[in-house]
Amino acid sequence: MSNKSLLRINNLQAGVEGRAILKGINLEINAGEVHAIMGPNGSGKSTLASVIAGREGYEILGGEIEFRGEDLMDMEADERAHLGLFLAFQYPVEIPGVNTTYFLKSAINETRKARGEKELDAVEFLKFIKSKAKLLDLPEDFLKRSLNVGFSGGEKKRNEIFQMAALEPVMAVLDETDSGLDIDALKVVANGVNQLRGPESAQLVITHYQRLLDYIVPDVVHVLHDGRIIKTGPKELAHELEDKGYDWVIKEAEQPA
Amino acid sequence: MTETVQIEESDSWLEAFEALEHAEKDSPTWLIPFRKAGLAQYAKTGLPTLRDEDWRFTNIDPIRKTAFRPTFAPAILEAAVLDGIPYPFKTGNAARLVFLDGHFQKDLSDMSKLPQNVTSISMRDAVAREDLRLDQHLGQYTYHHDNPFAALNAAFFQDGFYLNIPKNLQIETPLHIIHLSSGNDAQASFARFFIRAGEFSKCTILESHHALSEGIYLNAPTTEFVVENEANIEHIKIQDESKQAFHIASVYAQVGRAAQFRSHYLDMGGRISRNNIRTKLNGEGLECVLNGLYLADGDQLSDNHMIVDHSKPHCDSHEYFNGILDDKARGVFHGRILVQQIAQKTDAKQTNKNLLLSDDATADTKPQLEIYADDVKCTHGATIGQLDDEAIYYLRTRGVPKAVAQRMLVHAFAGEIIDRIHHNVIREELDEMVWTRLEKFAHFQNVTTT
Ligand SMILES: Nc1ncnc2c1ncn2[C@@H]1O[C@H](COP(=O)(O)OP(=O)(O)OP(=O)(O)O)[C@@H](O)[C@H]1O
Ligand SMILES: [Mg+2]
Repeated sequence: MSNKSLLRINNLQAGVEGRAILKGINLEINAGEVHAIMGPNGSGKSTLASVIAGREGYEILGGEIEFRGEDLMDMEADERAHLGLFLAFQYPVEIPGVNTTYFLKSAINETRKARGEKELDAVEFLKFIKSKAKLLDLPEDFLKRSLNVGFSGGEKKRNEIFQMAALEPVMAVLDETDSGLDIDALKVVANGVNQLRGPESAQLVITHYQRLLDYIVPDVVHVLHDGRIIKTGPKELAHELEDKGYDWVIKEAEQPA
Repeated sequence: MTETVQIEESDSWLEAFEALEHAEKDSPTWLIPFRKAGLAQYAKTGLPTLRDEDWRFTNIDPIRKTAFRPTFAPAILEAAVLDGIPYPFKTGNAARLVFLDGHFQKDLSDMSKLPQNVTSISMRDAVAREDLRLDQHLGQYTYHHDNPFAALNAAFFQDGFYLNIPKNLQIETPLHIIHLSSGNDAQASFARFFIRAGEFSKCTILESHHALSEGIYLNAPTTEFVVENEANIEHIKIQDESKQAFHIASVYAQVGRAAQFRSHYLDMGGRISRNNIRTKLNGEGLECVLNGLYLADGDQLSDNHMIVDHSKPHCDSHEYFNGILDDKARGVFHGRILVQQIAQKTDAKQTNKNLLLSDDATADTKPQLEIYADDVKCTHGATIGQLDDEAIYYLRTRGVPKAVAQRMLVHAFAGEIIDRIHHNVIREELDEMVWTRLEKFAHFQNVTTT
């Protein structure tokens, strides 16, 4: 059960328009683990998340990504989702006219269909999402509203976690889901994530702040800088980064070995 | 099918008029002058060319090149034929008025659901009825200098409908005008509708245009609305003509104090189609909504051209037009909000959005504000674009396949317009209609599951 590798990234290099952003990422996440990635602005955290999730428009210059033993590179974003991958966006997209309930029903049932499971009917579906919505303390009417439209920053982030809870992914990547949240909302979000924790699943949490990691306690902390993971350590590393910033890690990494 | 002969435009219309004048020797005295004024206006300008500012994106050469003939002899339609037409609100509770090539079909129409005190009568009969004083009403609010098709309608209309809703009468049952075109090549129809909504009255008017066959015909109806003070009219016009046909509709509305005029347009058919909409906001505190959706593929051209004339203070007007264009289709939007000097506190908003589903589809859009008052709130905007890749990606990360994600976004785009229709059943049916039509677009035939 433990040490079962869920995500294996090997020497991943990616960029846009000829410019390298990820310059050789190595990362292995096992079932049951929570990893955190921290790093300065522009270091490539969101790019890594996007490449894992299957966003088009990035040139893959080299390396591999394997998820649950399957090569992700040739898979579309929706196929990756069906395999159990979820990305909570740093900036969730507003989609006018697409009703949240309608969208979620399609997302859940398409996923179930792809997995060979029976689709939920209207009654089952409503019962299911109402129970998930309760967890996230979202505004009453949000299920009836257009996806993310008119949501505050915090509501959007909670909506991401709500969708995650509803889709029950094997592996969730959270890109700065904590930014813009007050402490109560932060607890709600952390609770949502912790509910998913288990021996068969894993989470990759991208954040700038230790504060989230007080609630979602990571097993491993990585520092990403200029497209490379320059340091990996235990959860205490996050405290150290919060206190001392990144400069010392960057200096340390630049020392010739 | 009749042969399409190419001759000089003026010949066919002017010749046709001589025949009409002769046939109408015994018509009411005002009618021939009324027609002649239309014909004179037409003769002055001829059919528009791209040099006309109001027609510069809409090349009507295919219309000019066809020698159309007005339909003078009323044909009679079998009930079974009507049953075969997929017109909207078929099972709904409505008063139905059926027209074939501009002529009222009494036997297929059912006015029994209209309250007794409504004056509802075919235009042919109304013209002959002196007590209705049509000479004082018809064409009162129309003008033709920028629209030769409306001028031709004045010259050639044979029939249509006259509806007068008395003061305070709220009609729950929608009135459905069903206009059918036989679809014979070179046939031209000029139905004329006159609708007056008395003070505090209320009515939903559904107007739909369909074809019995796929010929090259012209349908150029004119509809006049007189919406009196505090009246409430919801008008829903659906254009589902033959893909070979030409549909040039003229809508004129004169709206009174604190009235509501909501006019919706769904355009799906026609090789060239145009709604020429002119609304005069002629009382304080009224609300006027023009709301349209055009779907075009192949080499269709769909044009919406409107002028909203704010001539009293404190009026709200909103124009929302969305177009979904595939293949080589073209969308044209031309909207002008005119705010007269006395029209202070005007609140006007105009948007036109075009969604291009293919590289060859194009849209021309020209939203205009012309403001002579100083204390007003007016906004306008236009967009031409493809589906939002960012939104598609977002949906896909949640497990929604690409084809489904695209449909969701297109549906949402159409929904922005459809959702503004107040009448629930009609709204839901239109939603279905739009979706059925969109599913036929090449774009949706081609998208794979990845
Ligand atoms: N699609 C793109 N096109 C051009 N440049 C991009 C694109 N995506 C990322 N970049 C660039 O790559 C670098 C890394 O961006 P990324 O968003 O991954 O950083 P980040 O670590 O998530 O930063 P932050 O902490 O601010 O969220 C930045 O310099 C960014 O401008
Ligand atoms: Mg980022």
